[in-house]
Amino acid sequence: MIDPFLLRAAFAGVLIAIIAAPLGCLVVWRRMAYFGDATGHAALLGVALALSFSMPPIIGVIAIAVAMALAVTFTTRRGGFAADTVLGVFSHAALAIGLVAAALLPGVRLNLIETLLGDILTVSDADIIMIAVGGAVILTVLALFWRGLLNATLSPELMAAEGGSLLRDKLVFTLSLALFVALAMKLVGVLLITAMLILPAAAAAPLSRSPERMVVLTTLIGSASVLGGLWMSWEADTPAGPSIIVVAALFFLLSALKRL
Amino acid sequence: MPKTRPLLSAENVTVKKGKRALLDAVSFDIFPGEAISLIGPNGAGKTTLIRAMIGTQPVSSGKLTRRAGLHLGYTPQKLPLEQLIPMPVDRFMTLSGERDKATRRAMLARCDVAALADKQMADLSGGETQRVLLARALMRKPDLLILDEPTQGLDQHGEARFYQLLAEIRAETGVAVFMVSHDLHVVMAQSDRVICLNQHICCSGAPEHVAEDPSYHALFGARAGIAPYQHNHHEHCDHD
Repeated sequence: MIDPFLLRAAFAGVLIAIIAAPLGCLVVWRRMAYFGDATGHAALLGVALALSFSMPPIIGVIAIAVAMALAVTFTTRRGGFAADTVLGVFSHAALAIGLVAAALLPGVRLNLIETLLGDILTVSDADIIMIAVGGAVILTVLALFWRGLLNATLSPELMAAEGGSLLRDKLVFTLSLALFVALAMKLVGVLLITAMLILPAAAAAPLSRSPERMVVLTTLIGSASVLGGLWMSWEADTPAGPSIIVVAALFFLLSALKRL
Repeated sequence: MPKTRPLLSAENVTVKKGKRALLDAVSFDIFPGEAISLIGPNGAGKTTLIRAMIGTQPVSSGKLTRRAGLHLGYTPQKLPLEQLIPMPVDRFMTLSGERDKATRRAMLARCDVAALADKQMADLSGGETQRVLLARALMRKPDLLILDEPTQGLDQHGEARFYQLLAEIRAETGVAVFMVSHDLHVVMAQSDRVICLNQHICCSGAPEHVAEDPSYHALFGARAGIAPYQHNHHEHCDHD
């Protein structure tokens, strides 16, 4: 008989893998791994702020992640620095400010290890409902704007010339990513959220012939990584979040070897 | 050229980056059916002008007016693909919004790339990519095609074939073409009008007229291909 908490963890993890798949593909196609990092790292500050105002952490995470995502989106093209420098500054500054804030803010008792690495094994029924509802919102929005998202990925100029809105595309992508960070944080932690996005997608890329097939394959690889990681965590008593990413990294390795 | 209403008008379009003017008071009209070539040295602002025309580059002053209901077709110089996003040619064509497979195939066939429908975009040669981009642009039944250096990286044969295809499509559809180009000789043969840009418009007009304009020679020197009859060492040429 499988323990109910393990079953909940597996269910929540697979849900996150499904939500992560289209977003992860977009992040990989657009070379925006650092953007995921910056948004994920900002979530830590969101948790600290929410706790100090006695609010549910998710509110703070969504607010700060959205603020960070918008700030990054609309500042990377200014200032004369390369985009990866700007994103690196945002990303690491956000993480450091979050850690400092967690120590300074009154009334904040933050389990740092849990926030950084996640704790999928303590997922509650309420968490699962939240992930399911939030995930349904994200997937619906991405599906509605999918053609525009692909066009903007291929060529923003082509999209604009055909009458598409680049601003709308940026908002759809940015806000979906921020919401995903808020949902996934409890499971894999702020440090490994980007890994959950890009590893399954990167593993699927060489094996895919069309964008949609890549999303499906990414879903399968992500789900298998979640289940494999949980099994590894159960058998070898390893931390669950990192174990999931280790399995995903193995999938990436296999996929890369197959391409050679 | 019939003086009907222009498809697109630029009036004193100026784009500034800091204090530097990337485009300085650029004005021109594009009329239905015209073939216009935009030439100019590297850094002359050609790409900035194209971006302003399609709406991704805000202008600092002046304005660009499109005729109401204008259908615009555009082909970028290239797609930044590099194998990351798997994209078969036919799927790429559907991204224009065309749902009917037969229509897409017919347009690919018109541009001589029907055989490539199931290939990956990233695996196409430069010439094949430009034909697919042209096919996609034509699917919108454009009144005006804006082509950003469509023959860059093609060999002479590929270039000649591309211009041949473009000439046929112009004859069939009457679409106006606004094309950025480096290759001056072809430009001379293929255009009703040439606009020579170096931040501002140095000279413009019929190809024969521009070919004899001193500012054209000042910009292109020996590459103009005709012995310059007037030496002009100014960095920037004068306004007419």
